[in-house]
Amino acid sequence: MKIGVLALQGDFREHLDTLGAIGVEGVEVRRPEQLSDVSGLILPGGESTAIRRLIERWGLREPILDLARRGAPLFGTCAGMIVLSREIEGDEAPVLPLLDISVARNAFGRQLDSFEADLQVPVLGDQPVHGVFIRAPVVERTGPDVDVLARLEDGRVVAVREKNILATAFHPELAGETRFHRLVAAMASEHDDPGEGAGRRPHPIRRTNAANG
Amino acid sequence: MTTETSTWATKKGLARMLKGGVIMDVVTPEQAKIAEEAGAVAVMALERVPADIRAAGGVARMSDPTMIEGIMSAVTIPVMAKARIGHFVEAQVLEALGVDYVDESEVLTPADEANHIDKHQFKVPFVCGARDLGEALRRISEGAAMIRTKGEAGTGNIVEAVRHIRAVHSGIRRLVGMREDELFVAAKELQAPLELVRGVARDGKLPVVNFVAGGIATPADAALAMQLGAEGVFVGSGIFKSEDPARTANAIVQATTHFDDPKVIADVSKGLGAPMRGIALEAIPEAERLAVRGW
Repeated sequence: MKIGVLALQGDFREHLDTLGAIGVEGVEVRRPEQLSDVSGLILPGGESTAIRRLIERWGLREPILDLARRGAPLFGTCAGMIVLSREIEGDEAPVLPLLDISVARNAFGRQLDSFEADLQVPVLGDQPVHGVFIRAPVVERTGPDVDVLARLEDGRVVAVREKNILATAFHPELAGETRFHRLVAAMASEHDDPGEGAGRRPHPIRRTNAANG
Repeated sequence: MTTETSTWATKKGLARMLKGGVIMDVVTPEQAKIAEEAGAVAVMALERVPADIRAAGGVARMSDPTMIEGIMSAVTIPVMAKARIGHFVEAQVLEALGVDYVDESEVLTPADEANHIDKHQFKVPFVCGARDLGEALRRISEGAAMIRTKGEAGTGNIVEAVRHIRAVHSGIRRLVGMREDELFVAAKELQAPLELVRGVARDGKLPVVNFVAGGIATPADAALAMQLGAEGVFVGSGIFKSEDPARTANAIVQATTHFDDPKVIADVSKGLGAPMRGIALEAIPEAERLAVRGW
């Protein structure tokens, strides 16, 4: 099983290293044909305006949407979250409108307001996640099918999932945090090989829904 | 839950988000918009591009805050601005303006011929120039969260940039091959702190992101820098001194992403019009070379 990492611009190397650390093969994706044998895709941090243009220029939009429609997991961090959002504040057109959320870019301010904070992410267990927020976005609205995975102390939403699509406003790949990547790998292997009775078995990321209320 | 702003991780982290991208020099909000539209990951706001600083002579200083603010409000990508080497008050001013990165730059006239800025004292992150591994590690020990090799700014001539990125990487390879007990002398020779030298020997890379700057004028120049180990590129005069800045900017962005695909570089290089004219290095008197500023 291979997990693709969109390698147009940004911290894709850190995501590949994180996948390596959990023994999962990660591959760089710059062209549509490189998506043909991946079981999931990570959209890294970077500058969303640059990544948006490169996705359009290299014809990656439809192939990525196809991958998502087939049920493969997609995981976006920071700029990746913006790229996956259905609405971007300030009337910017969406890039890959797969998550029914609205995001505000640079929601905390400029670089001087970048910060680190520990977060509770119940779906990943009791151990808190160390969140590194760099000119980070924030989720302003979530649709009815979107699960909130993490909030800041003030209640603002910074991690979400909707079926096979996950996104965080922060960078687990900069903090030595592997649990999100493990979750993506588990979803990818489930997608590759659903096994018997898969239809009745809860999807790995939906499993804790009841606990979340 | 504790929240900490402007940590070392966030300072270094912003540079990591810029990797694989192009940072462009701009002198007006209109140019900043062209750069953003072309796919720049950040812009460097300054009054004159290095080629014009070179032509104008005199003392080159930090840009007018009004002009920097104009560019900050024109684009959503990060905005960097330059302070003179050692001029910590210019850096304080840039921090007060809220720029995203300060470049302590040899392109401006140095304000201190002995000391660089103590960059640990600032909340804003710094990028600094370097010609070799020792210089890079000295800047990191002073608090630089990003390095760019210097090249020779404003020339459109890649030769110095190639020399400097090769020097950094051959320096790293040399350390990696050393025994632990040889690193003491290596640190002495590099004039760099032992701890940083040990880290480079262990990791095989600098502890911060390293871009190439100074002389990139074509898509092939950018790809050359990337193939030599750059994590991204700064393009100064090369874009807005070319015949068609928007197209040149976009072509350099594509070549930086697909730096190892010669077909893409060939494609984006077609019919770009004239690049900036460029200056042979020998034509620049020693006293007018910028890369030798800083130590």
